[in-house]
Amino acid sequence: MDSDLNAMAGNAAMTPEHIAGEEPGPSPGASGGWGRLRPAMRWESGLVVVVIVIAIMGSALSPEFLTANNFFNLGLNTGEIAIMALPMALIIICGEIDLSVESTLGMSSALLGVLWADHWPMLAIFAVVAVVGVLAGAVNGLLVTRVGLPSLAVTIGTLALYRGIALILLGPRTVANFPAFYTNAGTTAIPHTDLPWSIGIFIVLAVIFAIVLHTTPFGRSIYAMGDNAEAATFAGLRVKRVKTSLFVISGLASALAGVLYTFRLNTAVQDNGTGLSLDVVAIVLLAGVSIFGGKGSIGGVFLAVLAFAGLQNALLLTNFNQEATGLVTGGLLLISVFVPNAAMFVRYLRQAARRATRRPPSEPALSLPRKDT
Amino acid sequence: MTATLAPPREPGSPASASSRRLAERVFRVREFGIVAVLIVFVAITAAIQPRFLSITNIQFVLVDATIFALLALGETIVVISRNVDLSVGSVLGISAFLTAQLASQAHGLPLPLVFLAGLGIGLGFGAINGLLVSLGRVPSLVVTLATLYIIRGLDVLIVGGSQVVPSSYYPSFLTISKATVGGIPDLAIVVAVVIAAGAYCLRSFRSGRELYAIGSNPDAARLAGIPMGRRIFTAFALSGAIAGVAGVLWASRYGTVDSTAGASYELQVIAAVVVGGVAIFGGSGSVVGAAIGALLLQTINSALYVLGVSPDWDQAIAGFLLLVAIVLDRFISLRLTVSLRRRSARRGQ
Repeated sequence: MDSDLNAMAGNAAMTPEHIAGEEPGPSPGASGGWGRLRPAMRWESGLVVVVIVIAIMGSALSPEFLTANNFFNLGLNTGEIAIMALPMALIIICGEIDLSVESTLGMSSALLGVLWADHWPMLAIFAVVAVVGVLAGAVNGLLVTRVGLPSLAVTIGTLALYRGIALILLGPRTVANFPAFYTNAGTTAIPHTDLPWSIGIFIVLAVIFAIVLHTTPFGRSIYAMGDNAEAATFAGLRVKRVKTSLFVISGLASALAGVLYTFRLNTAVQDNGTGLSLDVVAIVLLAGVSIFGGKGSIGGVFLAVLAFAGLQNALLLTNFNQEATGLVTGGLLLISVFVPNAAMFVRYLRQAARRATRRPPSEPALSLPRKDT
Repeated sequence: MTATLAPPREPGSPASASSRRLAERVFRVREFGIVAVLIVFVAITAAIQPRFLSITNIQFVLVDATIFALLALGETIVVISRNVDLSVGSVLGISAFLTAQLASQAHGLPLPLVFLAGLGIGLGFGAINGLLVSLGRVPSLVVTLATLYIIRGLDVLIVGGSQVVPSSYYPSFLTISKATVGGIPDLAIVVAVVIAAGAYCLRSFRSGRELYAIGSNPDAARLAGIPMGRRIFTAFALSGAIAGVAGVLWASRYGTVDSTAGASYELQVIAAVVVGGVAIFGGSGSVVGAAIGALLLQTINSALYVLGVSPDWDQAIAGFLLLVAIVLDRFISLRLTVSLRRRSARRGQ
């Protein structure tokens, strides 16, 4: 009966070695019929169930929910967040975090607005925005890897800095007269589909990220350094270089999200994208990526995006106060960290009970699950 | 646990004079750097625009900085224990609205009860955070990110589209933030005393020292028999309670309160804490440093305003300063490590 919980603990996000670190003795291996259930216990499977439940509840709440038109709207509001979630997943898997994505989005949006107002050709603007996105990521990456600063502090700093640059660039202005060719791409579907362009881009990127993360040495090295950066260094992995490149990719993706955001709303204003960083982090954690690094998958991110978008949309259709959807997002986030830990806790209680029957009760409780925060 | 910067002493040099030692000690204090920055900043601003040092302006800066510093105090207690509390902005928001409503509807209510209500609201949410982190054994970054959303969601549900406006309060509520003693705002005095008390507790009480121990090395702290769960719970409960009280002050200071009060304030508070020399991964830093960090960020905001710099520059400068602060701190601690190693090597001979 133990192995089912082991399976959950082993595969799911938050638990692993960090919490179970001081587990004495060999943990009971998979035995009996429960071993076969292991794959079914994966985090992603749980997410599939969540997505299905949301779909059922959504369609029960409103006949609108499962319509193509609604899917389009649902995708429209999630595309940029979803695009930023991909590099964020990689960064968190390698043990860092990037809170500056919303400001990089804002900065590229402001740059797009300012340069367009100055009558630059659109393609030149795209090039400049891309370069600035790369630079923004590189500053994060170099401060984290070369100076050796905690990414949490660095990216809180650049969160303010990049937003500040957006404020300086744009001031109180609003730029809105973007060419229809581009703004249409922000509000219409890809021909012959019901998918907004931003979701189309997300799907293509998700496939690329999945291949890179799950099949290439580069991708595997991200897991290795997330699990143990020191061991990864000694194993000859270019930890600093890989981490820097991930921050650069994040900057570039956020710049892309900024362009899409601007075209979707047809406005460049200074507070574009404010507050999105935490949404992105929430999606990635919901996806089963461990905040301690070393665990997670792109499939999980994809499902978490679906769950997040579906939930927000279902709430919207039920006339739930839209601003209060954080209540549900937050609840989901809490559940996502507690499910694996509840499994740990039950396992711990069982082991304690078993020990109590086997050994004299004087055994000190040294095997309490460790907390690592 | 003020980390000190020990300059490598030449071996064999005679003991330095006591005055030199005093100067050395002053320079060793980590907060010295940020106080110096603050003084230089105020001096330059005042030289360009003397109005900056006018009584009213100083009073304004002090009152704004006290709310900020109060939140930084709570956040520091949490950060020292290698945790983080992202929910302070949301707790402040919901406490500000509920107490503002209390102050505008129950006119006969004595002021201390309003503060008690704010304290209770904050304490409740802080205790929830603390329970989730210490009993649930999940990382505080995730827990408080979730409660940030949840509490703000609750706030929105309660407030809806409404807001409390200043004219509805009973007058004494609005004067909390305006009363002065000898030109110094009452609020600044009270908060300074609270911060001093907090600094003393963290520096000299067993439970305070244990927070540093937990932050420096959680495993060692557990093996040393420190009740980690209880300490971390207390840290979060305190941080929440302080944010609740800050909410009352916020309502009194700004008057108009809607469901967005204090939104995304948490990152600014963390910025102040980090600028104040508190290590984001726990174990070092002081409450006083964090409070000065808050004062510095508030002063910069105000100075830019007085100097006629567009407020659009505020954020960029605050962000840049935060980065400079953590880079400098990194180099200082690197030098400290090197000099400590050198010293212990000498002693080993």
